Amino acid sequence: MNNDVLVSVDQVSRFYGPLRAVNSVSFEVRRGEVLGFLGPNGAGKTTTMQMITGNLAPSAGQIKIHGIDILDEPKRAKAEIGFLPEQPPLYRELTVDEYLTYCARLNRVPSAKLAAALDNAKQRCGLTQVSHRLIGNLSKGYQQRVGIAQAIIHSPAVVILDEPTVGLDPIQIREIRALIRELGGTHSVILSTHILPEVQATCDRVQIINKGSLVMSDTIAGLTHRMLGSGLLVALRKTVELSALQAVPGVLSVEALGENRYRLHFAEQQNPAEALVEKSVQQGWGLYELTPERMSLEEVFVNITRTEAPAETTTEAAA
Amino acid sequence: MSSIFTIAARELRSLFLSPLAWTILAVVQLVMAYFFLLLLDQFVMAQPQLAQMENPPGVTEAVVAPLLDTAGIVLLLIAPMLTMRLLSEELRNQTLPLLFSAPVSMTEIILGKYLGMLGFFMLILLLTALMPLSLYSGTSLDTGMLLSGFMGLGLLLASIAAIGLFMSSLTAQPTVAAISTFGVLLLLWILDAAATTGGDTGGSVLAYLSILRHYQPLLKGAFKSVDVVYYLLFIGTFIVLSIRRLDSYRLQH
Repeated sequence: MNNDVLVSVDQVSRFYGPLRAVNSVSFEVRRGEVLGFLGPNGAGKTTTMQMITGNLAPSAGQIKIHGIDILDEPKRAKAEIGFLPEQPPLYRELTVDEYLTYCARLNRVPSAKLAAALDNAKQRCGLTQVSHRLIGNLSKGYQQRVGIAQAIIHSPAVVILDEPTVGLDPIQIREIRALIRELGGTHSVILSTHILPEVQATCDRVQIINKGSLVMSDTIAGLTHRMLGSGLLVALRKTVELSALQAVPGVLSVEALGENRYRLHFAEQQNPAEALVEKSVQQGWGLYELTPERMSLEEVFVNITRTEAPAETTTEAAA
Repeated sequence: MSSIFTIAARELRSLFLSPLAWTILAVVQLVMAYFFLLLLDQFVMAQPQLAQMENPPGVTEAVVAPLLDTAGIVLLLIAPMLTMRLLSEELRNQTLPLLFSAPVSMTEIILGKYLGMLGFFMLILLLTALMPLSLYSGTSLDTGMLLSGFMGLGLLLASIAAIGLFMSSLTAQPTVAAISTFGVLLLLWILDAAATTGGDTGGSVLAYLSILRHYQPLLKGAFKSVDVVYYLLFIGTFIVLSIRRLDSYRLQH
């Protein structure tokens, strides 16, 4: 039972006129899984999320929530979804309690369970103290929390959050991440974000979408593996011909960084560090710094999404 | 079904949380009360002349009918201010996803919004109706004529709500919705003039479409099903158009 598919997206495409915003995307989310959805601006993240939640009809393909087709039986399918759009859909003139009661009623929470659902959602999102305040008077962070509370009030099977930590302070971000992890225990969560460490902190699986197509779908462990870089930063006392460094076994290419600093690229599993040290001693290059380069998640992301240009990493990693 | 009332209740609540609704209630009430007193005063002053007439108009005909007639025009001017925010505001504040991702159909959203608006208009109708009803304390009224007049005003307001809702579904700018609602209502009102100036069949067809032309007979106590059907068709058309329009936001390309 713990392995059932709660969201299944099958060959879904979406056109805006001639513009193909989402191109034949397929993926599944299982119960208890937190899926991170990454992509540059305009990649199709929001469009995909809007299609899953029934806010936008797909041009082609099929979306099933808990086995229910969202186009055939929208009401039943939508009952299983909680959605926080990029812009939280809040009525500023209502108090937090009034608003959440309205959301609970809209999502058909039975009257008998309404108070409990309200308390639970407020407690989980840390809203208990602001119950009677007007949403319009709350800070951005609290408004965001009200948005999340709205998405989980009817304890849906699938919670979809579009950039949930935007505008929050670091402590709130940590709380929201903990909340997302907690939600992942019983619900499925799909999360879109620009903040890459957030993915590492909260998600089980990562998907990167670029120009409407899925370009990567991997577990966090797989992603960590990708982050093991394939570069060495080297600093030498003497100026050395690039070709001499290139000649070290295992080195694929050499990049001069100035002041006798170089970046060596090597093939996977063929770390030339030892060979380099030996050679340096033999030739008296005066090697005084040797740093294995680890790609940050940002760089993995940039590498994957910038497919047209060859991987060009920045030099910050040396620090 | 329950979602319709949930949405309607929120709509009404939000209306009363803004000063606009209260202001409009107060202004309409003030204007109508002044006009009511004016009419009543004229009627009392004219008593000696009326006494000499063979078949003098009663108080219902002389006071209530003109009062409701004016109420219709006043509300025609003011109602767009109320209906403009029905969907425009949700579009502008991007709150529609809340309704779209809840287990609620487009029809339920529209009917909920419409019922909420109608509730407010019925309150205006009730407050206006209290004035002629107060005459019962001093005289007797033509109940049939009174009820037919109230029904006429009710139907007129329901039509205004329907067209306002549709206009509001077209744009994310409440003011644009208000102005276009106002424009359409004004057009439907002055269509009446086409009959008097044109006189040919084209003119009479246009006049037939006029929203106030079907109101007059009801004020005079002449209940014709054709007038009622006109209003019901009018309301139904614009509600269906609103539902289609809302659905198109999901299909947009």
